[in-house]
Amino acid sequence: MEKQLTCVACPRGCSITVTLDGDSIVSIEGNACPRGKKYAENEITDPRRMVASTVKVNGGKLPVVPVKTSSDIPKNMIFDVMREINRVSVDAPVEIGQVIIPDVLGTGADIIATNND
Amino acid sequence: MNERMTYDLVVVGGGPAGMAAALKARECGVENIALIERASELGGILEQCIHTGFGLTYFGQELSGPEYADRFIKLVDKTDIRVFTDTMVTDVSPEKVVTCVNKKDGLMKLQAKAVILAMGCRERPRGALNIVGTRPAGVMTAGTAQKYVNLDGYMPGKKVVILGSGDIGLIMARRMTLEGAEVKMVCELMPFSGGLTRNIVQCLNDFDIPLKLSTTVVKVYGDQRVTGVDIARVDEKLQPIPETIEHVECDTLMLSVGLIPENELTVGAGIPLDRVTRGAVVDELRQTEMPGVFACGNVLQVHDLVDFVTMESQIAGEGAARYIRGELSDPEYIRPETGFGVRYIVPQKINIKDKKDVKLYFRVGAIYNNPRVVLECDGQVLSSKKKIKVAPGEMEDVLIPASVFDSLTPESRITVRVEV
Ligand SMILES: Cc1cc2nc3c(=O)[nH]c(=O)nc-3n(C[C@H](O)[C@H](O)[C@H](O)COP(=O)(O)OP(=O)(O)OC[C@H]3O[C@@H](n4cnc5c(N)ncnc54)[C@H](O)[C@@H]3O)c2cc1C
Ligand code: SF4
Repeated sequence: MEKQLTCVACPRGCSITVTLDGDSIVSIEGNACPRGKKYAENEITDPRRMVASTVKVNGGKLPVVPVKTSSDIPKNMIFDVMREINRVSVDAPVEIGQVIIPDVLGTGADIIATNND
Repeated sequence: MNERMTYDLVVVGGGPAGMAAALKARECGVENIALIERASELGGILEQCIHTGFGLTYFGQELSGPEYADRFIKLVDKTDIRVFTDTMVTDVSPEKVVTCVNKKDGLMKLQAKAVILAMGCRERPRGALNIVGTRPAGVMTAGTAQKYVNLDGYMPGKKVVILGSGDIGLIMARRMTLEGAEVKMVCELMPFSGGLTRNIVQCLNDFDIPLKLSTTVVKVYGDQRVTGVDIARVDEKLQPIPETIEHVECDTLMLSVGLIPENELTVGAGIPLDRVTRGAVVDELRQTEMPGVFACGNVLQVHDLVDFVTMESQIAGEGAARYIRGELSDPEYIRPETGFGVRYIVPQKINIKDKKDVKLYFRVGAIYNNPRVVLECDGQVLSSKKKIKVAPGEMEDVLIPASVFDSLTPESRITVRVEV
């Protein structure tokens, strides 16, 4: 199987083609430099992303407070994490850095507030 | 005018630019500073940019917009900088009288020795576009949608088409998708995106949202609410090709078609603007053509990264401090020229008597692969730097080392160009 990726390790944005045999990488092509290879390997074996969203606030100045994952989480869990975020609400006052959901879905990342309210 | 109303420095706008400029000026010894913001909190546009990706250069950390802003708000709080929130500046006069209004104090006139303009930018509205059809609800700029979702906690639509691939549009494509909306496509008039590659990958590709280049929206349907749009591919002259028209059902059309520096106050003060950047013409200290009035951040040139806004604003803050100390008399300017491929350069002029390193920031007009960025002085190459790629969406810079200024005269010519 072939997978197309765009490297984001620098602004050039090389189109990288990764050829896979099952889960193992057969070849990586299209990267103009070694950083692209590393990027592609990570993207194939364990793609991770930060997630940012908002959580409802009870009795705050604004109806919602922004939150983010304290570290990146597996990419295929983005929507599961979003569901957890949308299930909770928090009482004002909220402080920047406050943990809203500890260790969300066992990812090791906390959902933390990124603003005060 | 009572005594409290005179300040050494008045900074207009409390976004990242205004805060960094005020803090730097304070650090450089300016004592009596007012920072004026029309919103109820400091932070500017960052308050609604809840995604991460801020501060990678300046702090080496992936912060959200509000977190990035908070670091500076805390620093401002620790100083004696006088902060006015909920206060709108309505006029800046050539005599450096800053007129502002708020509910509590009414009309105030602040006499300043120096002024820093940091009003940011706003989105190009629909009026600037040529789309025929009805004017139903559901057509909005991406930034307005961002405010609805991130500050008001309200989803403005379920089926979305985005016109324009600027960063805000890309960010909102992901944001709406995360909240359960279906983002059908992002259409971009140009053959390339104006957004950062990083955003195309993480906001579109991650969610299989198609990016349709050389494509525009030609018609909007719907009486009360948008029910759909017609899209069409465009030819090299950017004219829609009728045979390619296609109907797309949607309830929301988001526009992300560019940002314009908010320069009404600048123009009102009689300060000349650059035709290309639409920001003030400035020297290397970000001083406008009106001595003692400085500009920085998105009001000067639209930035993609807040880190550069912060750095530029520190230059302006230091410049204002030097102006107030009377150090900036008698400059001798040269104007760096744009060569092949370069659309604009900031700063537009350089005082050759100052003899310090000067970084020129510029944007190119098209995508070039494996180019060189060449800095020339009087026909001699000062530097020629290999790049992997330059693109209109990413700001570039090139350094003029201080040593160069020793041999320059007001007749010298400095040029930046792209070599392919
Ligand atoms: C939607 C969006 C997404 C972005 N995403 C990223 C990103 O992922 N990473 C990144 O690094 N950068 C990003 N940026 C860029 C960065 O946020 C901006 O470049 C930066 O906020 C600009 O700072 P500023 O202070 O110049 O302007 P602003 O933040 O706009 O601040 C200007 C301030 O001036 C005030 N003001 C204006 N006129 C007046 C007046 N007459 N009187 C009083 N106050 C006034 C405004 O209320 C505002 O608070 C993004 C920008 C936007 C708009
Ligand atoms: S492969 Fe190398 S050159 Fe290409 S985008 Fe990635 S980091 Fe840049």
